[in-house]
Amino acid sequence: MTDRRSFLHMTLVGAAGILVAGCDRISQTMWGPDVLGKAEGLNRRVQALLSPSSSMAKEYTEADISPTFHPNGTTMPTTPAYRALMANDFRDYRLQVGGMVNRPAMLSMDDLKRLDLRTQITRHDCVEGWSAIGKWQGTALSAVLDHVGVDPKARYVMFHCFDEMDEDTPYYESIDITEARHPQTLLAFALNDKPLPVPNGAPLRLRIGRQLGYKQAKYLARIELVSSFEDIGDGQGGYWEDQGYEWYAGI
Amino acid sequence: MSAEDLDAGMAPPMPMAVTASRKVIYRHPLPIRIMHWINVVALTLMFLSGLQIFNAHPSLYWGNRSDDGTEILSLGARQDAAGNLVGVTRIGRHEFTTTGVLGVSKGRDGVPQVRGFPSWLTVPGPQWLAMGRRWHFFFAWVFVLNGLCYVGYALATRHLQRDLWPTGTDWRGIGRSIVDHLRFKHPHGEEALRYNILQRLAYLTVIFVFGVGIVLMGLAMSPRMDAVLSPMVEAVGGRQSARAIHFIIAWGFVAFVLIHLFEVLITGVFNQLRGMITGYYAIDVTPVDEDVPGQDLPNESVPPEERPHD
Repeated sequence: MTDRRSFLHMTLVGAAGILVAGCDRISQTMWGPDVLGKAEGLNRRVQALLSPSSSMAKEYTEADISPTFHPNGTTMPTTPAYRALMANDFRDYRLQVGGMVNRPAMLSMDDLKRLDLRTQITRHDCVEGWSAIGKWQGTALSAVLDHVGVDPKARYVMFHCFDEMDEDTPYYESIDITEARHPQTLLAFALNDKPLPVPNGAPLRLRIGRQLGYKQAKYLARIELVSSFEDIGDGQGGYWEDQGYEWYAGI
Repeated sequence: MSAEDLDAGMAPPMPMAVTASRKVIYRHPLPIRIMHWINVVALTLMFLSGLQIFNAHPSLYWGNRSDDGTEILSLGARQDAAGNLVGVTRIGRHEFTTTGVLGVSKGRDGVPQVRGFPSWLTVPGPQWLAMGRRWHFFFAWVFVLNGLCYVGYALATRHLQRDLWPTGTDWRGIGRSIVDHLRFKHPHGEEALRYNILQRLAYLTVIFVFGVGIVLMGLAMSPRMDAVLSPMVEAVGGRQSARAIHFIIAWGFVAFVLIHLFEVLITGVFNQLRGMITGYYAIDVTPVDEDVPGQDLPNESVPPEERPHD
């Protein structure tokens, strides 16, 4: 019996092992991930078809808010520029808005709060699989874009952050103009009625209603309007995208 | 034996010409065979890459949130007194030590590491969520498109209505069918060509409950699709519930495949495999007197496409 069991076990482990090893070799090639990555374009197109750009993420009630909103990724940036701002409670913080805009700007927290403010209780879904619900208050990104005036040739909004993932690799992200102008796309400065805590991205982070967590850049330093992100970072549109994650993380 | 013998109620004479012979018939048409094997590949890779994705956060919850302490299932690790890693599987409040397989298992380098499912069972082997997602979403499209082709084909050729949809007679025979299955008693000859009620229900469940369900629960995990599917997501309990159901259905597929393989094993591996590779399947037939009415055997002269069970 033991022999049969160990034989079955070895067969199973062996068969699965060979299959997994084969897939690992394909994963290591240049073409394998490229071919598999083709599904991303399909995801993007089909989801845009099924869920129009105007569709809204579900908004929840106060009763649905998570008891703790777990921070993920960087929870305490170490760059000197950030540390200096933090030491003064972010009073000297200015959001730099530039690139393909008509009126580049340096916006203080008060400047941002004079634009179109929104409050939303939405769900945050991490690519890892967990979810948390939080109440976010912030400035509609569309209001910031209107404030600076966007060049019609600009296609993406890049978000450059204070935190570095590896040494000298600052976190960055990008979304297209349509997602940027969505009413639920906010530059959030408050979580659950309190100033945004440092682990969650103080003083300002991106909140997108219909995307995964890694798209929602924390510790925003600079916004840049661009027509292409080919020359930024490794050219994939974001820190995690450069690590092989999908730019359009619809799912 | 002849009709006269039967009428006279006589004991049948010892068979002479009544030896069983085999007849090879064309059973599974090419499109069904191709779609079957595409499905084998797609389901296998989706399952193995799904376990890789699950490993990024190896816990399940009910509702929309994943609060600490509300796990319905979790694969984790702790250290024993000697400082060794112990794999722990928790289902509700029950805790099992699963070192070596779940929670803690050896990587390619032989060193025990904390991971939900072991590396020999995930695609790719090492912890690599981004690559697991690529495999998963690519084969999800293969699975969905293949499934749509199958349903379209099965409706157009009436395979679905004729071979899979249970008839009144099927329903009435359900008790006998259950008993037969439990006794591993399988029909032979002509009868083996017709799916019985349990087969019909199993295939219909796998296609329309598991197949459709797992795709919908996958879509329910997409924040973008939630914007239009949120009534459905709420109906099943929330985003984390959808994730749990997606996981449970995946194991439902595994259970189905194991039973399917078991049935193939005990009903003749070679013949079943040949049936699903070449389309040709052999059945035992008993030669009958041409005069005996009501015993129609498939006629070899009938072209394959016109025979039942194409």
